[in-house]
Amino acid sequence: MASPGRVVLEVRDLHAYLYTRWGVVRAVDGVSFALREGETLGLVGESGCGKTMTALSVLRLMPEPAGRIVQGQVLLEGEDLVTKSESEMRRVRGRRISMILQDPQTSLNPVFTVGSQIVEALRMRYADGVDALRRLAEEALRRVKVAAPAERLRAFPHQMSGGMKQRVVGAIAVAGEPRVLIADEPTTALDVTIQLQYLVLLKEIQARTRLAMLFITHDFGIVARMCDRVAVMYAGRIVETGPTRALFRAPRHPYTAALMASVPRMEASVERLPSIEGQPPLLHHMPVGCRFAPRCSYVDDRCRREYPPVVPIGPAHEASCWRVEPSPPSR
Amino acid sequence: MLESRAIAAEPLIRVENVSKHFPVTRGLLVMRTTGQVKAVDGISFTIGRQETLGLVGESGCGKTTTSRLLLRLERPSAGRVLLDGRDVHALTGAALREYHTRVQAVFQDPWSSLNPRLRIRDTIAEALVVNRRVSKAGRLERVEEVLHQVGLPLGAGGRYPHEFSGGQRQRIALASALASYPELIVLDEPVSALDVSIRAQIMNLLKDLQARQKLSYLLVAHNLATVRYIAHRTAVMYLGRIVEHADTESVYRNPLHPYTKALFAAALPADPDAPRDDLILSGEVPSPIDPPSGCHFHPRCPFALEQCSRVDPVLRAITSDHAVACHLY
Amino acid sequence: MSTEASSRGDLARLPWISFSIIVVLVVAAVFAPLLAPHSPTEQSLPDKLRPPAWQEGGSMKHLLGTDVLGRDVLSRLVYGARVSLTVAAVALIAGGGVGLALGILAGYTGGRVDNFIMRVVDATLTFPTILIALLLAVSLGQGLGTIAIAITVIIWARFARIVRGEVLSVKTRDFVALARVHGCSHLRIMAVHIVPNVLNTFMVLLTLHIGFVVIVEATLSFLGAGIPPPTPSWGQMVSDGRSHIASAWWLSVVPGGAIMLVVLVFNLFGDWLRDWLDPRLRQV
Repeated sequence: MASPGRVVLEVRDLHAYLYTRWGVVRAVDGVSFALREGETLGLVGESGCGKTMTALSVLRLMPEPAGRIVQGQVLLEGEDLVTKSESEMRRVRGRRISMILQDPQTSLNPVFTVGSQIVEALRMRYADGVDALRRLAEEALRRVKVAAPAERLRAFPHQMSGGMKQRVVGAIAVAGEPRVLIADEPTTALDVTIQLQYLVLLKEIQARTRLAMLFITHDFGIVARMCDRVAVMYAGRIVETGPTRALFRAPRHPYTAALMASVPRMEASVERLPSIEGQPPLLHHMPVGCRFAPRCSYVDDRCRREYPPVVPIGPAHEASCWRVEPSPPSR
Repeated sequence: MLESRAIAAEPLIRVENVSKHFPVTRGLLVMRTTGQVKAVDGISFTIGRQETLGLVGESGCGKTTTSRLLLRLERPSAGRVLLDGRDVHALTGAALREYHTRVQAVFQDPWSSLNPRLRIRDTIAEALVVNRRVSKAGRLERVEEVLHQVGLPLGAGGRYPHEFSGGQRQRIALASALASYPELIVLDEPVSALDVSIRAQIMNLLKDLQARQKLSYLLVAHNLATVRYIAHRTAVMYLGRIVEHADTESVYRNPLHPYTKALFAAALPADPDAPRDDLILSGEVPSPIDPPSGCHFHPRCPFALEQCSRVDPVLRAITSDHAVACHLY
Repeated sequence: MSTEASSRGDLARLPWISFSIIVVLVVAAVFAPLLAPHSPTEQSLPDKLRPPAWQEGGSMKHLLGTDVLGRDVLSRLVYGARVSLTVAAVALIAGGGVGLALGILAGYTGGRVDNFIMRVVDATLTFPTILIALLLAVSLGQGLGTIAIAITVIIWARFARIVRGEVLSVKTRDFVALARVHGCSHLRIMAVHIVPNVLNTFMVLLTLHIGFVVIVEATLSFLGAGIPPPTPSWGQMVSDGRSHIASAWWLSVVPGGAIMLVVLVFNLFGDWLRDWLDPRLRQV
């Protein structure tokens, strides 16, 4: 794994709400994390927990006009993105922070060739002529291991398979040599064997460019494979963060532990899985205390009254739970 | 061919050499058939009573088409599907109505599988209304019974689908499959559209129902861990053919076919310290319109022999409960 | 659950102004004999070309003035609403019904039946609307029935095309496949599983086409192929007033304004109906 570099992206106490006609949806409700050069942070959670909204707020791409960042900072190499103007943000997106979305089908424009879409992305970064840009585009496709890149530049998205399209999306995302790459479930639409090829490719790109990656997923298998650190989100907040190995060995938040235990294993047979009963709270009807309290097997009165503080439990490992005992600082 | 575990004389379902080919047509005015998509290409298996057969493979391998053939949503191009020894595609009249009560289905997307305009109780009672002369009171009683079995409150019957979450909707879909006292439920990716914390709930429910209601399942899934948890036997499909078929434990402990090995190696265990013996396959699944000659897997197979490109390997039993279609064995 | 709150919120968004105008129109059309201050056909030459009440020379007796023959414009307007709305109702029920049935048949059956129906739809839509109506009016003779038939012939194809598209998308939903697994007949699948799911779109389509029908009827009457005089119709009134536009503006402007208003309020209402019926906009 990469040695930790300097912090590239830091999110501090971010609150991003959606103002809908049914009320205020507190999609992101006090999220903080830091992302270092060459590092992959996994953002894990179920649908509706706010992980995608967190990513969109970092890029200031919340759905208009309902979405708003109400509080907090997003520091990219020390600059606060929250206070930037829209035209300044356009120079950030694609060049300094890029994003890969879940569905390669909708990420590419069906009426333009793959080549022209990559060239478009490159044009934002390089002021070269069209011929030079096309050579760069070919190089970009070669780097994401697309066979026969020169011919592929002339292809339209529908002429490619899902895995191939997602590679093109990857090529476009890293074309501007960004410092941060946000990958939002990039392999969910792909088959398992293609998924592994793609994950290996992302790792190779990261090793070469020292990209910082924010990897959004609900799959613990991908987390175990890809991430250096993990942040587990539940109902708009991060409930536990820690180094991947520590978190898998000893998950401390009851939600993390229960979620991990409820996933069936490929490598072992079990007679019965423990399951989490109930379902996540609606984001506009949040419980008062700990948001996991209604589903937690260790719940007590304090959990229902008050949201627990962040408790340090090990090197870079912390959880928000009243039951967790703080460990003395290890150094 | 491999027999089901059940010792019963005749398995509940017997699929004999079934193929499904879809014509590929070209042309605007005059349609010409330019090829055949061999979605399913001569497969055979059985499902015993109270048994679950897992069908795994990547998209386009034919597992969903297979499930649709069992459900009579497609007619086979060749071969037969037998329920209790009778060809289900030849049924008519009362026998057909009986088939419709005995075989049911639950699909992947709970947002698409419930009619948004029907109350839950009407959706659940549909199979009863269509096939059985059950009094209205009897229907309502049965609806309440199955709602209880899937763990939903009785009041749910009078409400509409949009008032429920994905997990609850999948319970409703299951209730509607259960209503007509089926013997086989085809489960096409029953949990993959659900949230991680909901999946275990539904999988456990499926297991409980099987034990209590003496159900058989055909489980179509791409998630190998799900199949290991639920299925008694597992068949691995590649480009319309079954390449490996055995007792689930035996497949997972000792995968034989190179494709099965690659598929299992690509599944990522939820353990950062798991050994990584990556058998990364090159290339992608070829088009089923013009599949490779011989063994369909040979162009991607790291162990391909000279004969693999010429001779179709047959599915052969290696041990009493483990069959594989590969020239290496 | 927030369904209660959301339906209350949506009702608050009901376009009250449009809705009230629609209610007023319908009431006027139904109770025309009770509401109209005068007979719409009664002539009174001494009172001819009276301006509306608020203009100089106008009187409270004729609120919106009188026409060349001294007939009360307000009364003619009220009776005209009757004609417009009757034509709209008949044409939309007939044309919409035919379109709905054929659209569902085409979409559900697919293949040759679909191909045939859709080619007929294409052919119908390529004819200029007014030309068909004029031809029919000439061959069948003037009258309310002719206009209704003419508009039906034109309008069914628009319904059929959109309903078919909707059926094609509903058909791919899993609950339709499950209905087949349950053993439902084709008829039952169409009636229980398809029709209720295209009905929303159909209702919106109906509302949005009321304006269209009113305009077609007015145009035909304006061209003299519509309702024969002396029965008042808005198109006829605009046409009659044309030659006096400089001296008696109200003769054309009042019925013209009425046509515009009707089209506008039904379109606004249709837009609201579409949002209100869309479950995606209603649920969280």
